[in-house]
Amino acid sequence: MSLIFEQTMPGRRAIAQAPLVREQLSGIPDALLRRRPAKLPEVSEMQAVRHYTRLSRKNFSIDTEFYPLGSCTMKYNPRGCNSLAMLPEFIARHPEAPISHSQGFMACMYELQEILREVTGMRAVSLSPAAGAQGEFAGVAMIRAYHDSRNDTGRNEILVPDAAHGTNPASAVMCGYRIREIPTGAEGDVDVEAMKAVLGPHTAGIMLTNPSTVGVFDRGIEVIAELVHDAGGLLYYDGANLNAILGKVRPGDMGFDVIHMNLHKTFSTPHGGGGPGAGPVGVSERLIPFLPIPMVAKNGDEYHWLSEADCPHSIGRLTAFAGNAGVLLRAYVYARMLGREGMRRVAEYSTLNANYMLKRMMESGFDAAFPNRRATHEFIITLRHQAKTLGVNTMDFAKRLLDYGFHAPTTYFPLLVPECLLIEPTETEDKATLDAFIGAMNQIQSEAENDPEVVKRAPHKLPVKRLDDVRAARDLDLAWVWPADS
Amino acid sequence: MPFIPHTESEIKEMLDAIGVDGIEDLFDEIPKHLRCGDLQVVPPALTEMDIARLMAARARQDGQPCCFIGAGAYDHHIPAAVWQIATRGEFYSAYTPYQAEASQGTLQLLYEFQSMMTALTAMDVSNASLYDGGSALAEAVLMAVRANRKSKSNRILVPRSLHPAYRRVVRNITHNQGVELVELPFDPQGGHTDLGALEPYSGQDIAALVIPQPNFFGVLEEASELCNWARDNGALSIAVVNPVAMSVLAPPGEWGEQGVDICCGEGQPLGAPLSSGGPYFGFLCCRKSLVRQMPGRIIGRTLDSEGSLGFTLTLQAREQHIRRSKATSNICTNQGLMVTAATIFLALLGSEGLSRVAAACHRNTDQLTGLLCRLPGVSPVFGRPFFHERVLTLPINVKDALRALAAHNILGGFDLSSDYPELGNALLVCATEKRTPEEMNAYVEKLERIISLQGGAPCQLKPEGW
Repeated sequence: MSLIFEQTMPGRRAIAQAPLVREQLSGIPDALLRRRPAKLPEVSEMQAVRHYTRLSRKNFSIDTEFYPLGSCTMKYNPRGCNSLAMLPEFIARHPEAPISHSQGFMACMYELQEILREVTGMRAVSLSPAAGAQGEFAGVAMIRAYHDSRNDTGRNEILVPDAAHGTNPASAVMCGYRIREIPTGAEGDVDVEAMKAVLGPHTAGIMLTNPSTVGVFDRGIEVIAELVHDAGGLLYYDGANLNAILGKVRPGDMGFDVIHMNLHKTFSTPHGGGGPGAGPVGVSERLIPFLPIPMVAKNGDEYHWLSEADCPHSIGRLTAFAGNAGVLLRAYVYARMLGREGMRRVAEYSTLNANYMLKRMMESGFDAAFPNRRATHEFIITLRHQAKTLGVNTMDFAKRLLDYGFHAPTTYFPLLVPECLLIEPTETEDKATLDAFIGAMNQIQSEAENDPEVVKRAPHKLPVKRLDDVRAARDLDLAWVWPADS
Repeated sequence: MPFIPHTESEIKEMLDAIGVDGIEDLFDEIPKHLRCGDLQVVPPALTEMDIARLMAARARQDGQPCCFIGAGAYDHHIPAAVWQIATRGEFYSAYTPYQAEASQGTLQLLYEFQSMMTALTAMDVSNASLYDGGSALAEAVLMAVRANRKSKSNRILVPRSLHPAYRRVVRNITHNQGVELVELPFDPQGGHTDLGALEPYSGQDIAALVIPQPNFFGVLEEASELCNWARDNGALSIAVVNPVAMSVLAPPGEWGEQGVDICCGEGQPLGAPLSSGGPYFGFLCCRKSLVRQMPGRIIGRTLDSEGSLGFTLTLQAREQHIRRSKATSNICTNQGLMVTAATIFLALLGSEGLSRVAAACHRNTDQLTGLLCRLPGVSPVFGRPFFHERVLTLPINVKDALRALAAHNILGGFDLSSDYPELGNALLVCATEKRTPEEMNAYVEKLERIISLQGGAPCQLKPEGW
């Protein structure tokens, strides 16, 4: 499909969208002005609408396909959340509007803080981090601020299991820490003996996801918490997998000191083709002074902001204003529609779906990475056997799934399980959809046995065939270049 | 059950297939004593109708006051098509395009976005977005420290005329990595960063110089001279620009002898509603030679196995999901949907439309501040050229004036007194293309009355619900 630039006709404009006349720019010297206009597309309104509508149709999405992308919680994004977050008054509210014109918005934020505090079992919550990775940064920065506040400055290491998301070590490095990697045991739990070996006076904390990225609940969590705390370290909870335990068990009760949540996962705000997310952080008592700002507080019936002056020990603000407020509004609406009982059901039905799929796939002959464990809200299948005996690998299965109308699960993550698929169905999918996916996997297995080329050359039915990533990185083409005569 | 499709008979079939008696059995690996009880703080469920009623009431409570605040977030008209298309499920409910063949829509759109941003800024390459302008600058600073191989220092020169929240965000994000931020004073008459302020640093080891254009006061900096100073002193230059202004102001890629090295900014003016400060998006552009130091997603055009053009995530070896602790940044999810809106916005407006928006904003601010300066005791603080935002000094306390204006549903601007106490009763005012002559006249009339009533005395007016 052509680029919007290739549809340009000089002089054509979407005239209804801009002011009718071009005013003079008074008072600005020529030297500071642009000499040649920026070369942007020149198209009509309908051309633009048609172009981007057509482009949208080249996407897989939750609204159009089953999207079992492990660790990403691709559940249905209720439309009502979007409509209500985009009420005219909410989208028109300037971030610096006075609190006299903000009490409605701030009431939603305050209540969301309270709801998240309750479901995580933490003592206080700040909504401001803009995404999960920024929440991680905030969490680790708080750990550092805590140790620094006690003049405990020899702690320069963060422990991270080898199964962790890549953001964990990257976030800890941004806070100035060294990473010590901890192996995972044979049954999927953190290897506690290996952890003991590196735990010590240099340990600032440990970053854990529980359930972990291998799709099992770490049964050693209480032992880990005690050992890390005894060594003077703090426990960080990566909330990527909060969907699995919502309303069932709370990170605060497991002994975690700080947690981030991914509202675009657990609280069903849209993933938007890669954001915006929201990554609120919750903390235990001792980290409250360090929470990022702004936060909403309540005095009698009036809401007000907590900012630098109110929170002198805060790690500060991480975006210019109050984080991704519109995302937070969507999450608030979702939380209110789920209610108390609905929280628990999220964990129950996402877990039911994952265990059902795992069982059915094992019956079909697929190898589970941890066959003796319960699945949480997700599970891992390893195609090591298929890769070895049939020469058909995980990426081939993933691409062939696209032909069958399913977005592929997460591939080759976590890194410690070879040829793996991390499958997360979420609670919003029905049994028939899960059955159809399993049917497609069985079909691909049979193709891999009888006609492997059809799998290895997949996809066949998509707008493009398999793309050359090596070429993309070698012959960089990152922006359209206008022909010389245009 | 809200958003859960399971029927009783399906649940039973699924439990039977798994071989357990009930859903509760699936949680038997979690120690019993860790399990939580009812979540008492969480209210019972509401239907869509009930929550719609509640949200509508809260929205009405905040109202839609007439906004003359800019200060980093601008009230522009957003064409109807922008969000109608951006919220199509195919864009709204997709994720990061890890499976390129099933994500060509998002990928081509992001490539078009990168191309539009390089055209606007006259830079070689753009990434596919960061969180917002402030955090984009923090990433740009870290990128400059990595990329400036000539410099052994982590010192960054940051003008005091840069957005105060950006200065805080940069400090908060970079200080744990030993970055040293050095503040450059602004010229008290001009409101710009004079070359004289840089003189003490000539010949010193500086990793980068930050150049805002326009700066937080709306004042235009001598960007080319600052850019040349950086080059002459072995420092990288980082531009922080307003993308709408780029349609009329000299773009960073053309500043000075060779253009800037890195350019970033807040993308909100390109189709994102004010929405209480987010979601917005940060943009980041740079010279091609620095692309491997750039954080965030980057889309490349390539060929498929049959030789047809297609789009894919590229240079992923920079990123956290591949490089983990050695990545250029921890960023993963960014602001894809906001960029979707911005791309549609830019395609609709085009260069001509965008420059008309820019010029209309400038004209409105020029006219409004001209009228306000006829009021007794109101005058411009700085004498240098400005773009679409301006600092005025008032004869009365700014906080009181704003409070009294707010009682009339007018948000009169941004109070500079806590961030810049040295400026006295200073107010930052912005009138975008959306402000009508009637609205501007109402502002002038009300402020006139407030000034005459108060005559410098503390405010007696108290708005409702304050």
